[in-house]
Amino acid sequence: MYVVIAILLFSFYGFYLGKKKSANLVSNKVSELHSTPIYHGYYIFLWCFVPSLIVLISWQVLDNYLIKSLVLNLVPGFETLDKGNINFVFEKIKTMATQETIDPFFYDEQLIPASKKYNWLTKISNITLFTVILSFLAIVLVYVKNKIQAEFTARVYVEKFIKTILFMCSVVAIFTTLGIVLSLLLESLRFFQSVSIFDFLFGTHWSPQIAIREDQVGSSGAFGSVPVLAGTLLITLIAMTVSVPVGLFSAIYLSDYAPRKVRTIMKPLLEILAGIPTVVYGFFAALTIGPFLRKFGESMGLDIVSESALAAGLVMGIMIIPFISSLSDDVINAVPQELKDGSYALGATKSETMVRVILPAALPGIIGSILLAVSRAIGETMIVVMAAGMSARLTANPFEAVTTVTVQIVTLLVGDQEFDNPKTLAAFALGLQLFLLTLFLNLFALKIVQKYREKYE
Amino acid sequence: MSSTINQDIASSISSARINKEKRFQIYGVAALLFAMIMLVTLFITIFSKGLSAFIQTKVNLDIELTQEVIDPEGSRDLNVLKQANYQKLIDDSLKLYALNLFDKDEKELIKNLRMILSPIAYLELRNLVIDNQDFIGKTKKVSFIASDDIDQYFKGKIDMSIPEDDRKITDIQEKFLDDLQSKGQINKVFNKTLFTKSDSREAELSGVLGAVIGSFYSLLIAGLLSIPIGIGAAIYLQEFAKKNRITDFIEININNLAAVPSIVFGLLGLAIFLNMFLMPRSAPLVGGMVLALMTLPKIIIPARAAILAVPESIKQGALALGASHMQSIMHHVLPLAMPAILTGIIIGLAQALGETAPLLMIGMIAFIPDTPLYITDPATALPVQIFMWADNPERAFVERTSAAIIILLFFLIAMNSIAIYLRQKFERKW
Repeated sequence: MYVVIAILLFSFYGFYLGKKKSANLVSNKVSELHSTPIYHGYYIFLWCFVPSLIVLISWQVLDNYLIKSLVLNLVPGFETLDKGNINFVFEKIKTMATQETIDPFFYDEQLIPASKKYNWLTKISNITLFTVILSFLAIVLVYVKNKIQAEFTARVYVEKFIKTILFMCSVVAIFTTLGIVLSLLLESLRFFQSVSIFDFLFGTHWSPQIAIREDQVGSSGAFGSVPVLAGTLLITLIAMTVSVPVGLFSAIYLSDYAPRKVRTIMKPLLEILAGIPTVVYGFFAALTIGPFLRKFGESMGLDIVSESALAAGLVMGIMIIPFISSLSDDVINAVPQELKDGSYALGATKSETMVRVILPAALPGIIGSILLAVSRAIGETMIVVMAAGMSARLTANPFEAVTTVTVQIVTLLVGDQEFDNPKTLAAFALGLQLFLLTLFLNLFALKIVQKYREKYE
Repeated sequence: MSSTINQDIASSISSARINKEKRFQIYGVAALLFAMIMLVTLFITIFSKGLSAFIQTKVNLDIELTQEVIDPEGSRDLNVLKQANYQKLIDDSLKLYALNLFDKDEKELIKNLRMILSPIAYLELRNLVIDNQDFIGKTKKVSFIASDDIDQYFKGKIDMSIPEDDRKITDIQEKFLDDLQSKGQINKVFNKTLFTKSDSREAELSGVLGAVIGSFYSLLIAGLLSIPIGIGAAIYLQEFAKKNRITDFIEININNLAAVPSIVFGLLGLAIFLNMFLMPRSAPLVGGMVLALMTLPKIIIPARAAILAVPESIKQGALALGASHMQSIMHHVLPLAMPAILTGIIIGLAQALGETAPLLMIGMIAFIPDTPLYITDPATALPVQIFMWADNPERAFVERTSAAIIILLFFLIAMNSIAIYLRQKFERKW
């Protein structure tokens, strides 16, 4: 805590010093400096602040690790403890060291030497850290202060630093993708050590239970992802049959037919549909649409289960309508006015112009947006978790319950904290499948949309 | 002469074409209508189910706070007051009310009547007595939270025509409650519990406070991380990046990340933050970090568009006056682009607020009756709370799920309204 205050004090003093000294050098005729005084201030500030912050953070991480290993060596029977117990014992030592507790839950005679050592080590570590940072700050102040001259290019250095920071911000995106790929890939590889990759990709039986006893029937569990994927595609297909016509016709009507007033009211209303959280749609599907469809089916003599693929797909379709309509709206509006005018001039009606001229011209863009919507439907989680089924069934009947990739990921991982069995690792294999599928769709769709834009711009 | 012929031809073709034109238009209207009907149905369902949860039924009973039961020695010692048998006081009061109504064997009767109040009725009474020690020895009117079934009964949501064994309210309770109501001992008040308490196994005692705080912390972390990084990345890509492979690769990454399913970000958080860096499970800190990664591309893309929209002439004016490239951006371009960037940020964060799936992956789905204090405490978030309550088939929880959705929608509408206001107030056409 004191260290942080010291760093801040020194840094701000450095800022003030740089500003003052550079101004004094030219007796306040700032135009004689290469950089304005404030940049000299920033320069010293950054030299004080950034390195000491890095030292501080890395010290904290290392110090925790070192102290832990040193202290735990003093615990009798340390070698026999497992990982969870080690953490618990260490927490005990910490509590004994920092609070003078006699609570039997934390207090343990055997741990007294360890807790004393812990106290001693943390004290030493804190004092060393304080001296290291303080001496560093002092050296920096003296050394950097001498650098400040009238012709010193402080601004250039400061701007270079800012630019590096900005670059690092944009690289975060690469690291995120890298993190996704690595985490999915590594865990999936562990999964494929116990389950063959062919069984996973082409197996038609999915029941990821783990046997409680070794000799139980079907103890290995079955990890064939085909029925799960089929369920995903079935629900996606239903969602698309709802959202594509509705979204497309809404976009056409709003862009070419609707009076200005209707347009200004309807567009935000459609966007509300896009802003509703998916968990709300899930609740709506499970509570209203599912039972409604079941009763409707009963009256028609159809057997529709409450968790039918139809209910989940229908609601997902509603969710995607604004996505399709706003993307198609952009695409339709991007078609050059000359094309439309030409068609009108030849005597075509509005609908003829739309169907024969605008839509063919806009087709690549529309296909791109539909593909993006498909990728979104495949990855949608909450609606299907709440409204679709759990058991994997290979069927094309929309009235039955099917399961999806995302549902399986959620059911496999929620509540489970062990990461050494095929059951939880299977979730990562499914995740990898999902990621690759959507990645392919996204890249393909983005490319189409981009090509389309270049054509008309 | 020729014009009339043309008109004839035109009119003979046109009736079919006009019909086609009309049909086409009708499809458009039908599509819009379908979307709107669904929107309205959704809102009507949520509000009709949820609004009643903002009202809570209270049962007011005259309780004789006898000295012998609470504090026989008159010491007023806190430990004595805490351990007194308050349930007995409540039972006595209930028996008194039931005296003229029933002549059944008492054990069954008192069990029935106790169920009218929430399971913590004795705690409510205890806290009242500890806070007002001068009440001891007097008879006071005390207001208790009714149990969830009674609450539903007074809201008219329990069908009393089905056989007694199939419904939640027994005949004894019905008779007793109707008697209490005729005496004016039942009233309905604004449901404070919903806003001041966290999750609970009992519907009547559960609230959204813990979830709202969890959501707030997560969103705070997400904002603190994603806003500076997002703006920084947008500035770099739009103004400094040279057109080369690295820049192209970054751009592809950002565009793709914007479309990666949110659950995949949850898997990333689980594998990297929890399993590799050993961060605490269920903590808003980790939730916020995952949401930040998710929101980042959604901030960068509109921010770049906003920076691009600022006319080149402004930058060049600054450069001509001797500003450096960095100065022209930081002092001139960025402030002008800021309102549009802010709009993008708010919309991105509003999406993050409604996000559920990634939070499930990092364990923010747990029964947590305590309100989280720090960002590393186990917590849940508002959408996850909705998900957990929605799993509960009890009527009272259905009502509360809808109420929680209304609260969530309220926050979302507030955030989006700010975004729209900003857009309209500061929008500039160059």
